[in-house]
Amino acid sequence: MTTTTAAHDDHDHHGPAKGIMRWVLTTNHKDIGTMYLWFSFIMLLTGGVMALIIRAELFQPGMQLIEPEFFNQMTTMHGLIMVFGAIMPAFVGLANWMVPMMVGAPDMALPRMNNLSFWILPFAFGMLLLTLFSEAGAPNFGWTFYAPLSTTYAPSSVTYFIFGVHLMGISSIMGAINIVATILNMRAPGMTYMKMPLFVWTWFITAYLLIAVMPVLAGVVTMMLMDIHFGTSFFNAAGGGDPVLFQHLFWFFGHPEVYIMILPAFGIVSHIIPTFSRKPLFGYSSMVYATASIAFLSFIVWAHHMFTVGLPLVTELFFMYATMVIAIPTGVKVFNWVSTMFQGSLTFETPMLFAIAFVILFTIGGFSGLMLASAPADFQYHDTYFVVAHFHYVLVPGALFAIIAGVYFWLPKWCGNYYDEFLGKLHFWLSFIGVNITFFPMHFIGLAGMPRRIPDYALQFADFNAVASVGAFIFGFSQLLFLYIVIKTIRSGKQATPEVWEGADGLEWTLPSPAPYHSFSEPPQVK
Amino acid sequence: MKIRTWLSLSSIALLLSLSSIVKAEWGVNMTEGVTEISQSIYDLHMLIFWICVGIGVVVFGVMFYVMFKHRKSKGAVAAQFDESVTLEWLWTVIPTIILIAMAVPATKTLVEMYDASDAQVDIKITGYQWKWQYDYLGEDVSFFSNLSTSRDAVYNKEEKGENYLLEVDKEVVIPTGQKVRFLITSNDVIHAWWVPEFAVKKDAIPGYVNESWVNVPVGQEGVYRGQCAELCGVDHGFMPIVVRAVSQSDYANWLDEQRAEKEAAALAALGDYSFDELMTTGAEVYAGRCAACHGQNGEGMGSMFPPMVGSDIVLNDVDKHIDILINGVAGSAMQSFAEQLTDVEIAAVITYERNAWGNDTGDIVTPRDIIDARQ
Repeated sequence: MTTTTAAHDDHDHHGPAKGIMRWVLTTNHKDIGTMYLWFSFIMLLTGGVMALIIRAELFQPGMQLIEPEFFNQMTTMHGLIMVFGAIMPAFVGLANWMVPMMVGAPDMALPRMNNLSFWILPFAFGMLLLTLFSEAGAPNFGWTFYAPLSTTYAPSSVTYFIFGVHLMGISSIMGAINIVATILNMRAPGMTYMKMPLFVWTWFITAYLLIAVMPVLAGVVTMMLMDIHFGTSFFNAAGGGDPVLFQHLFWFFGHPEVYIMILPAFGIVSHIIPTFSRKPLFGYSSMVYATASIAFLSFIVWAHHMFTVGLPLVTELFFMYATMVIAIPTGVKVFNWVSTMFQGSLTFETPMLFAIAFVILFTIGGFSGLMLASAPADFQYHDTYFVVAHFHYVLVPGALFAIIAGVYFWLPKWCGNYYDEFLGKLHFWLSFIGVNITFFPMHFIGLAGMPRRIPDYALQFADFNAVASVGAFIFGFSQLLFLYIVIKTIRSGKQATPEVWEGADGLEWTLPSPAPYHSFSEPPQVK
Repeated sequence: MKIRTWLSLSSIALLLSLSSIVKAEWGVNMTEGVTEISQSIYDLHMLIFWICVGIGVVVFGVMFYVMFKHRKSKGAVAAQFDESVTLEWLWTVIPTIILIAMAVPATKTLVEMYDASDAQVDIKITGYQWKWQYDYLGEDVSFFSNLSTSRDAVYNKEEKGENYLLEVDKEVVIPTGQKVRFLITSNDVIHAWWVPEFAVKKDAIPGYVNESWVNVPVGQEGVYRGQCAELCGVDHGFMPIVVRAVSQSDYANWLDEQRAEKEAAALAALGDYSFDELMTTGAEVYAGRCAACHGQNGEGMGSMFPPMVGSDIVLNDVDKHIDILINGVAGSAMQSFAEQLTDVEIAAVITYERNAWGNDTGDIVTPRDIIDARQ
């Protein structure tokens, strides 16, 4: 067995196959990582177009462009596509590219499963998107799909949605298992756990979160499926079921899910800030412990999404305190990043700009999160644009900025060329300004009392909605510049050195640029 | 060049929208509301807000100092320290103390909010797609409250009024100076009953009865507006809440009026109505209650909401037509209108549907037919 495998492997060492079948059949971590990243970028644009449709309708009070029913389909699909189609696959793509290089491995531990876990995704999202063209229309019950709106009262496309969620879940679990297997088994000699780069650490923890909570999501959509088609009443009060049970299950998945979307971002930023400060990361071990604490806490705070459902007083207090505690490890991370920059020798290339914006704007999202944690005040914030502002601050200038920062940071390593620094900085400033014009006013309209997910609003909310819509178009169209920069870098550009950046540190920078098809064929030694 | 043109265009657009803000009324913060609870929530909100501002000033201040001072272009040489146990302890312990300082007043307020005991007035609130029912327990007063903004205003065919989307056909009336308890539930999907000035927001969940309460101080009589806060389907944005707080004597008079109106409506059902009278009333009822789903001209909407025009039930089966209005259709968005409309209104809207938009059946359904069908 061993000999045949080895003999078979020999054929592969000539490099990638040619044509379309290279991408269909590939088991190479770089090819798969590339496909994940392109897929998530297409989804980002798709979900982005939906966001722009929403913002265009909300530019003025009254219904101008679309009907309320289609508006609900847009908010639902925008959320689902951005969470499951854009942010999560982008992080998996980055993990595919970087984890083997960072731990000194030739490839991922389970390359065939890697291929499968990617190729499920286009089908899952193709099916979800096709519901837009069905007679019943796409899912229209919000990305949180609360029962019974998503069961008894759902359009018939909900069945396709459930199947799509199952597929995404399978893909995520396989991706996570692969990352865990790679990290556990394929680290270079000498790389102990406490020597692992932070991106590897944060993904290691994220992968466990995925394995723990994706089955819960699968369970909850299966219960919906049973309610819709097989006459059960899990979430139907008239049949003895419980609509609140849905929310408990959903958020038991949903809260760890939001950390799944931010922990790898912490990892990326923890590489970029030391590099461009030319100084080691401050408090490495406390960063690792803080990540682990956040992951642990993420399992015991879910009901802070449910403060207004009528939980008993003691339950509310528990979830309020537990949620507030998350501020401590998150604060530790922010303080560590600032201390890393302190007395460094700073330069501000595009990845650094995005990383600094991440720290500042994510912290603002953290502040509004702290405000939301206060249960009494949450009765005023809940389900308003204040919440919309909060989670977009942590997801767009949070998770998305970190992903973009990571792409700029590693792009020279991936394709051997430097990107155009001027265009990169232009992209940063347009994004930075656009994102703040879009989401900052949402704090105001939320506090002033505008509920979320409404297609039309009272006149006092008109001005800031108009501002937010202008910002959304600036931000949205700036991302086309990103596309242009990436394509330009792939085609040409200044030849990158192996180190790429002056302050670079880690195994990935010892490989030539572009990195060889099979990363490390000989395990490197880590001192 | 192109980028520059585009940039200047978007900045002009931004300036234009900013200048309109200056003219308009600024609503940028949470309302202080009118009750003790809403005031303490506002205070909590501001406390946390200023704490966050303080932390932000320190953290971002240090960051900007570093970005300015420790630049490589200014000749900064990187120090190589990477750990300080003292610092790590410090920035764990200080935030903990701040959090405790936030949690203590929050706990106190939450305990008060949860104390719905000794209420003097009990109002059961039931959410429907997409309206609210108010039931004054023990008072024999019950009614539905619908959005009264016209569809024409929504679709920009007529001017939007001051309370656009925040006005209803029948306000819920509560007395000031008394503890009013709300018992909140739902008939279909989850809704949330929210009046910002009372700081009352509670989900209306089928199968659950949630509690909340308000005590509007004497002297704060007035109209308070809110909206459904939980996505509940296509017209989620169109089910507002309007509460009128009145003095206790006005409240007692209002209750008497409601009971008198109900008796008058029961008597009216026994009267005789001409075809034209029924058609006129029917058109009004249809526009207010039916058009949102079945279309302004009976054309229906999507696969969920069937058309009225040419429908077999509307053209032929009058008994089934009445039955659907009175009992609703199980497992669909079509509710029972038995409690929502009077006998006259149900008769009128059925007559209207059977004779409008080319459905010229010539059928007349009288209020007496409805009384019979109810039995």
